[in-house]
Amino acid sequence: MIPAYNTLVVLAGCGLLGLAAGTVGCFALLRGRALVADAIGHAALPGVALGALAAAALGLEARSLPPLLLGAALTGLLGVLAMQALGRTGRIREDAAIAVVLSAFYAAGVALLSVVQAVPEAAQAGLSRFILGQAAALRAADAWLAGAIAIGCVAACLALFRPLAAACFDAEFARVQGVRVGVIDLALLGLLVLVCVAGLQAVGLVLVVALIVLPPAAARLWAGRLPGMLALSAGFGAACGLAGAAASALWPELPTGAGVVLAGAILLGLSMLAGPESPRALRRMAARESRA
Amino acid sequence: MIDAATFLQLDLPPLLAALLAGATCGLLGSLLVLRRESLVADALSHAVLPGIVLGFALTGLRAGLPMLLGALAAALLAVAGIGLVRRWARLESGAATGAVFTVFFAAGLLGLELSGARTVDLDLDCVLFGQLETLVWPQATGWASLADPAALAALPRQLGLLAAVGVVSAVAVAACWRPLKLLCFDAGYAAVLGLPVRALETGLALLVAAAAVAAFESVGSILVVALLVCPAAALRLLTDRFGTQVLGGAALGAGLAALGYALAGPLPAALGSGIAVNAAGMIGTLGGVAVALAALLGRHRAAAAAG
Repeated sequence: MIPAYNTLVVLAGCGLLGLAAGTVGCFALLRGRALVADAIGHAALPGVALGALAAAALGLEARSLPPLLLGAALTGLLGVLAMQALGRTGRIREDAAIAVVLSAFYAAGVALLSVVQAVPEAAQAGLSRFILGQAAALRAADAWLAGAIAIGCVAACLALFRPLAAACFDAEFARVQGVRVGVIDLALLGLLVLVCVAGLQAVGLVLVVALIVLPPAAARLWAGRLPGMLALSAGFGAACGLAGAAASALWPELPTGAGVVLAGAILLGLSMLAGPESPRALRRMAARESRA
Repeated sequence: MIDAATFLQLDLPPLLAALLAGATCGLLGSLLVLRRESLVADALSHAVLPGIVLGFALTGLRAGLPMLLGALAAALLAVAGIGLVRRWARLESGAATGAVFTVFFAAGLLGLELSGARTVDLDLDCVLFGQLETLVWPQATGWASLADPAALAALPRQLGLLAAVGVVSAVAVAACWRPLKLLCFDAGYAAVLGLPVRALETGLALLVAAAAVAAFESVGSILVVALLVCPAAALRLLTDRFGTQVLGGAALGAGLAALGYALAGPLPAALGSGIAVNAAGMIGTLGGVAVALAALLGRHRAAAAAG
């Protein structure tokens, strides 16, 4: 039985999203910025609600995706700025800043959602599906949009490969070599915002961070060098995206986000046990060599 | 003017729940912020979900104790899991924590589906949005009900758990005040002095998990993080003194909770508006506002002191 066109498009969209998340996530993980994606994801919620309200005010179609994604991107960026401002006080560590932005913005989103319920035109947008993801609800046009954003992210990563790699491995040396590390960091944060926004509908904002963390973490245990890690991370991400979408098609009550994350968890678990670059494998190899 | 019976039936339970959650989380959260462990608040609030679901699924009851025990077990497993992932996957602390707690949360969501809990009692909306507004006390008839044991016994179950966790936390912090102060500011010295550092750390983590469970039924899983982190962060921006930080965090948490609840429901109603804003969302938003104000105030004072 050949899946319907719509199903194929949804699978493709989720796969592309996973590919982008794995690619951007690889650099984010190496730069120690992976968890910022959690705050960005949660910060997107008020933007989605505001986008729905704006769309209703402008008379646009309720379930139209672009205003929602635009709102999400704007508040996601605002969240990034807020985290940086908190860090500049010198009294709030990065993890506390992430937690503050994550929870406060999410709370604002929840409050706004309850207001949106009261506006009939906006309420039809069915916004709560952005929290945990529902790939089954993706329309072909939505999947194309998410896929396009994803491809854009991958292209940007490839274009910025050398400065990104330099910044990830030795920021000080990179600076000395003339790489504008501050600008690269901002670019990385911007890419994280784009990936989170693209993933809202499929994976949901609460769990999109897992798609950014788990594939690169698994890839690291198989590849010792960056190009290999990047390629594997992208592949693993795509696999997780596809698995999640497939699970969502077979079992509509399970939020897609959960399916994607659990696929990633299995991948990471297997990698920790069997990956040749994992500490266990390296220890085994060292033991073997010392015996020989 | 609102009459006593309506206030007691509809407003008192959510207000009390919010106050208790805010005070307890503000207290414990301050300790986490001083220990630079705010991420633990995020992690534990997400990680307890599978434990809560399991406790519910195994007993079939939405009672406090099985869920609390399940949550504590999940919390301990999560902490162990984070250590495991750090060692076996060479991940730094933040990424390992994020990996583990999202997986636990997803497992909890899966459990919600499998156990059918979703269709019965423990539902997803409660986890994500809280349900302060659903806490009611139908047995209240007037101010006299506050002294009536039979009526008091009919208060929502969630209040009992919140009160218990709140009292235990307050007593524990008071009893361990000096050791905690040392632990927050110089853990190495504390260990040298022979203080049971591991026990204190584990105790704090368990209390945070318990608070997360107790509060989750009123404000939801993710908003627990707001209560644990925002009042504490606001105080951190304003003071360097342990006592002010810890007690101020508790007070601010309670205050924001009360104000948030009032602004969400009663105030719009009093103004004649039909819109009721989600109370938990309003409380969390106020938490963020408090941090922002504290950041501005702190900068002002620093500039004034320097200038």
